[in-house]
Amino acid sequence: MIFFNKVSKEFQTKAGNIQGLDQVDLHIPQGDIFGIIGMSGAGKSTFIRCVNYLERPTSGKVVIDGHNMADLSEKNLREIRKEIGMIFQHFNLLMQKNVLDNVCFSMKIAGVGDKEAKKRARELLKIVGLDDKEKAYPSQLSGGQKQRVAIARAIANNPKILLCDEATSALDPQTTKSVLELLKKINREYGITIVIVTHEMSVVQEICDKVAILDNGNLVETGSVSEIFTAPKSHQAKRLILGSGNSIEQMRGRHCIRIVFKENSSYEPVIGNMTLQFKTPVNILYANTKDLNGTATGEMILQLPEEAETAQKMVEYLKEKNLYVGEVEQDVFLGSD
Amino acid sequence: MFSSEVIKMIYHGFWETIYMTLVSTALGYLIGTPLGIILAVTDKGGIKQNRIVYRILDVISNIIRSIPFLILLILIIPLTRFLVGKSYGSSATIVPLVIAAAPYIGRMVESSLKEVDEGVIEAAKSMGAGTWTIIFKVLLVEARTSLIVGVTIALGTILGYSAMAGVIGGGGLGDIAIRYGYYRYQSDIMIVTIVILVLIVQILQALGMMLSKKLDRRNK
Repeated sequence: MIFFNKVSKEFQTKAGNIQGLDQVDLHIPQGDIFGIIGMSGAGKSTFIRCVNYLERPTSGKVVIDGHNMADLSEKNLREIRKEIGMIFQHFNLLMQKNVLDNVCFSMKIAGVGDKEAKKRARELLKIVGLDDKEKAYPSQLSGGQKQRVAIARAIANNPKILLCDEATSALDPQTTKSVLELLKKINREYGITIVIVTHEMSVVQEICDKVAILDNGNLVETGSVSEIFTAPKSHQAKRLILGSGNSIEQMRGRHCIRIVFKENSSYEPVIGNMTLQFKTPVNILYANTKDLNGTATGEMILQLPEEAETAQKMVEYLKEKNLYVGEVEQDVFLGSD
Repeated sequence: MFSSEVIKMIYHGFWETIYMTLVSTALGYLIGTPLGIILAVTDKGGIKQNRIVYRILDVISNIIRSIPFLILLILIIPLTRFLVGKSYGSSATIVPLVIAAAPYIGRMVESSLKEVDEGVIEAAKSMGAGTWTIIFKVLLVEARTSLIVGVTIALGTILGYSAMAGVIGGGGLGDIAIRYGYYRYQSDIMIVTIVILVLIVQILQALGMMLSKKLDRRNK
């Protein structure tokens, strides 16, 4: 569905050239909910704008649904954009038009007649749960409602792809959840491929099948969400997953490991049994349970005893219990973020 | 207190002023709106960036705007004669008024259109909108309120300019004020014309603001 082949984007500024994207290779299959995560300035926005060619890559190939975007004329590019919906962090609705006209807007651009557009807009408003708001103006709506209008507008022309550029970053956690639910529903019912760009790991965990980690314009790791969450390989992935944990200061300079439990392993009191067996206590610095696409997944950060031999044995013990065990590298915390 | 002749004259002057102001503003917008749109669209960061076009229009409109109106009035007398057949009277005054107003209006339209949120333009682009669609369905619609405020300001300014044209016999209330108040020391007539001018500006201003507020959907 979406292919990126060695896509690079350079920006020319007064301070010199900035590499927005650097040789990005990526394939997003049809029907997926695909997450692109990274810190701010990592190139996420550039990436998503290269999909619909709002930004033209400096080099490399972007192929959407069999079309090489670089070969398209201005007119054909506009045509293909009608098949790629997009929603934004700040919703970008027409402030002077009411909800119904906002939803009709994308259809009008696509040349749909007035009557037909209104009829379809009403259907869409029902789908996004705003059928009672068609006469309201954007300024009268909450953030979540505005994003629902934007979603209705974006899917009005039955696009094959929906791009979400930090679509939940301006929303509170509760609203974020409900908007993500709506996106999930749209993906399921209409088979629309969804690409989500975000800096929030929780968004990816909640909704994405696969995720790619972008750092400084480079794609550092790609894989299924549970894969990357359980066994992050790259430095950046580890950092994103550990997040800005509150115990970072305490972990500094100590021997810490991160363990991940899957559903089946969370019944046995592994840590309890381990301390009993080794007769040495471990310090639990952080523990959390997350819902990864419907699977309850626990994670824990343990501080092991100073003595290397016992620590080593403990790691082996945990691995035997089929837990994922990862070293927490000190420099994960020493980054600029 | 005034003779019926004077009252008749002021009445006549009032309508001349209204005529000059409205027609000049309308014609000014006829030229200024496309000018403003082209300026906004071709400027750096615009939807159809074109440095050469922008630069040319930018320089021309700045040159015209920097000529004091009184001098422009005299400068283009030949043109006025050619177009209207005479260089005095209210119809003749419309020519320099339009020339002075068009670049001024163009600048105001440009700045109104530039106020439109970039994100909304980007959203329209992402839906496959072309340049014309963005101009007519996004820029002019979203900038509506600001454009109306601009019309109000333009009306007030052009009214002021039209009064200035009284110096060369331009007709209207300004002409009366200069002829009677300045040349004949009949300050009572002058004061009356000034009061009427002030009232016209006040009413136009109030109406414009009311309309723009009524049409604004942002703060409800």
